[in-house]
Amino acid sequence: MRSSPLWSIMLTVNRKDYELEILPWVSLLDALRDRLKLTGTKKGCDHGQCGACTVICDGQRILSCLSLAVMKNGSEITTIEGVANGSELHPLQKAFIEHDAFQCGYCTPGQICSALGMLTEGKAQTREEVKELMSGNLCRCGANAGIIDAIMEVKKGGDHE
Amino acid sequence: MNNFQYKKEITVTTALEAVNSNENAAFIAGGTNIIDLWKYNITNPELLVDINGIDELRTIQELEDGGVRLGALVKNAATAYHPVIEKKYPLLSKAILAGASAQIRNMATDGGNLLQRTRCYYFYDPDVPCNKRVPGSGCPALNGRNRMHAILGNSEHCIAVFPSDMCVALAALEAVVNVMGPNGSRSIPFAEFHRLPGDMPHLDNTLQQDEMITSIDLPSNHLYKHYTYLKLRDRHSYAFALVSVAAAFEMDGNEIKKARIALGGVAHKPWRNTEAEEFLKGKTATADNFLIAAENVLFGAQGRGENDFKIPLARRAIVRACMMALNPETQRPGAGPSL
Ligand SMILES: Cc1cc2nc3c(=O)[nH]c(=O)nc-3n(C[C@H](O)[C@H](O)[C@H](O)COP(=O)(O)OP(=O)(O)OC[C@H]3O[C@@H](n4cnc5c(N)ncnc54)[C@H](O)[C@@H]3O)c2cc1C
Ligand code: FES
Ligand code: FES
Repeated sequence: MRSSPLWSIMLTVNRKDYELEILPWVSLLDALRDRLKLTGTKKGCDHGQCGACTVICDGQRILSCLSLAVMKNGSEITTIEGVANGSELHPLQKAFIEHDAFQCGYCTPGQICSALGMLTEGKAQTREEVKELMSGNLCRCGANAGIIDAIMEVKKGGDHE
Repeated sequence: MNNFQYKKEITVTTALEAVNSNENAAFIAGGTNIIDLWKYNITNPELLVDINGIDELRTIQELEDGGVRLGALVKNAATAYHPVIEKKYPLLSKAILAGASAQIRNMATDGGNLLQRTRCYYFYDPDVPCNKRVPGSGCPALNGRNRMHAILGNSEHCIAVFPSDMCVALAALEAVVNVMGPNGSRSIPFAEFHRLPGDMPHLDNTLQQDEMITSIDLPSNHLYKHYTYLKLRDRHSYAFALVSVAAAFEMDGNEIKKARIALGGVAHKPWRNTEAEEFLKGKTATADNFLIAAENVLFGAQGRGENDFKIPLARRAIVRACMMALNPETQRPGAGPSL
């Protein structure tokens, strides 16, 4: 067995490379927040139930609270901090503002990363389908209607009801 | 929450050696169940063996006899949206997509899905007895909060339910689980993979401690035209089933040539009753016949109080799912679970 419990890993987060010495039981969520100080990604439940910790990893939306950082060695990750293009907000971010798609804002980073992942997957056409494929992101303020409105606006070619 | 060692292996042989080097070692695939249980202090692995680097377990392969082999490490989402699965086994796609959330389905593996533990509240609370967690400690669900618990195949030691959606479809499709151990490989018919609690509720299935799931085979069939997965739960999405039904038929006009009905959320394993399926063979597809079949499937069902409602709910769900399976409108992509 290895003598040191520390693992050297490399993560590319928001197009920047980071080398980290990390204990194997540290979640990707804690590594992002506590080690890389990228606190945009939120910890809601820490058990896979709320979606607040959603990030894009190698092109797919995943839950960073149920991922071990050590298992993401070599991965490319986008967090909410990497969504805008410099000072130009992403269309989804603009749409969230326009549609009042938040109140406290705690679920918003996860909602936006999840919506980005969903748009890339390209499986949702109708509003019903968008709601279904966004159901892994809870909003306890109840801003859901605005969230779906914002996503529907950005989604091209969809059925906007 | 304990500290653990971590090891990544890239072959089946070395991964088996690693996990068998320590009796408190476990594989980690998608991590969506084992990390959750570890955080709740329900499981305390000393060593996690990461199997995600085993490339040979990451493919979906068409077999010569017309069947399909799902590698144990293929993600649930990749399986559900795979063109071959959508075409040959749309029931499986539908069941997978009824489970968890998009993020979790992107992480969860097909092998891991079979091995997820129960969601019984007492199992999840390390401060109370639970025969599944601590054999011999008792089962508070028997006379306690048991709204989500089993109505079929119970024992006086455990009334937990197995929570998977994917596995309900796999039961209906008569999948075969291929496993590898130190002494070679073996294949387990799906009906024999998960087990009833009996007096050993700590064992969810018949996989041995020293074995690994390598793949799941789907036999060739003609159940892709008339099928449905109906999942009833406390909210419309992102919740475990109270009762779910996988139904699929081979039809000749209005006559049933072959029927498959499997239930989720009602027992310690996906529930099938081949007698009910035999009864439907050669019968006309009517609600009356489906009701007789439903009574058959639920023969011996017993509630424990809060879960009594599951018996009539399951009866109606079976009839409705069978009717839905006949109706192509319920099978269009994105169709909701209603008629
Ligand atoms: C909030 C939430 C909601 C959910 N809702 C649903 C739902 O509605 N329906 C549903 O069906 N599921 C649901 N799930 C469960 C989810 O589907 C499972 O957690 C997932 O399928 C497990 O797969 P995994 O690859 O992540 O397993 P892991 O967590 O990696 O492993 C699970 C177990 O299997 C073992 N293991 C993994 N792979 C192998 C292998 N190849 N051979 C031998 N042993 C192996 C591990 O050692 C571990 O004991 C939900 C999960 C969460 C967190
Ligand atoms: S913090 Fe990860 S899902 Fe809630
Ligand atoms: S805006 Fe407050 S939780 Fe969604």
